[in-house]
Amino acid sequence: MSNRISIMVVSGSIERLQMAAMVASVGAVGGSEVSVFLSMNALPLFKKGASAAAPAEGAVGKLLVEKKAPPFKHLFEQAVELGDAKIHPCSMAMDILGYAQDDIEAYVGEPMGLTKFLDDATAGQVWSF
Amino acid sequence: MSKRRTIDARGSFCPGPLMELIAGMKMAEVGEEIEILSTDKGSASEIPEWIHKVKHEHVGTEEKDGVWHVLVKKTH
Repeated sequence: MSNRISIMVVSGSIERLQMAAMVASVGAVGGSEVSVFLSMNALPLFKKGASAAAPAEGAVGKLLVEKKAPPFKHLFEQAVELGDAKIHPCSMAMDILGYAQDDIEAYVGEPMGLTKFLDDATAGQVWSF
Repeated sequence: MSKRRTIDARGSFCPGPLMELIAGMKMAEVGEEIEILSTDKGSASEIPEWIHKVKHEHVGTEEKDGVWHVLVKKTH
């Protein structure tokens, strides 16, 4: 069985980002090869200096903030630092938003296209948020 | 007797205590024991799962006054 986890994150809501970050961090520190693809409304939250506050979809999202759950950006960073996860911005979203590599957080790697992400994803679990 | 250090992750929610433990494990020496303190019940079961998965030694788990004490020995 493949030990690869591919995670596509397109939502900008805190609940989905939190769950994606949890899967990425716990998967990576558990020995899986984790690849995260950030696109659509998720990517602007990874712009340097952007507030980590993402809108809540419902009551649990508000509680995540009130109860100070580990911030999703911190969990993604830990996935990279502690579990060697790879996080890539979607090349299309980078172009649409007009971002350069220097505009996004340092733990986010080089832009990746969908062809490469899908190709890598064929051999393991795929999650989308 | 093994060296032992304590990581206080009380007040943090899953997977915060696990991540704090792993950061501590990276700095620990083989044979060292780490005790993680957590008030998060989910982490009290999640942390032993991780310990078994990555083949360290789960020495034990105790709950005292709403705080879980999970003891792990670094084996590799």
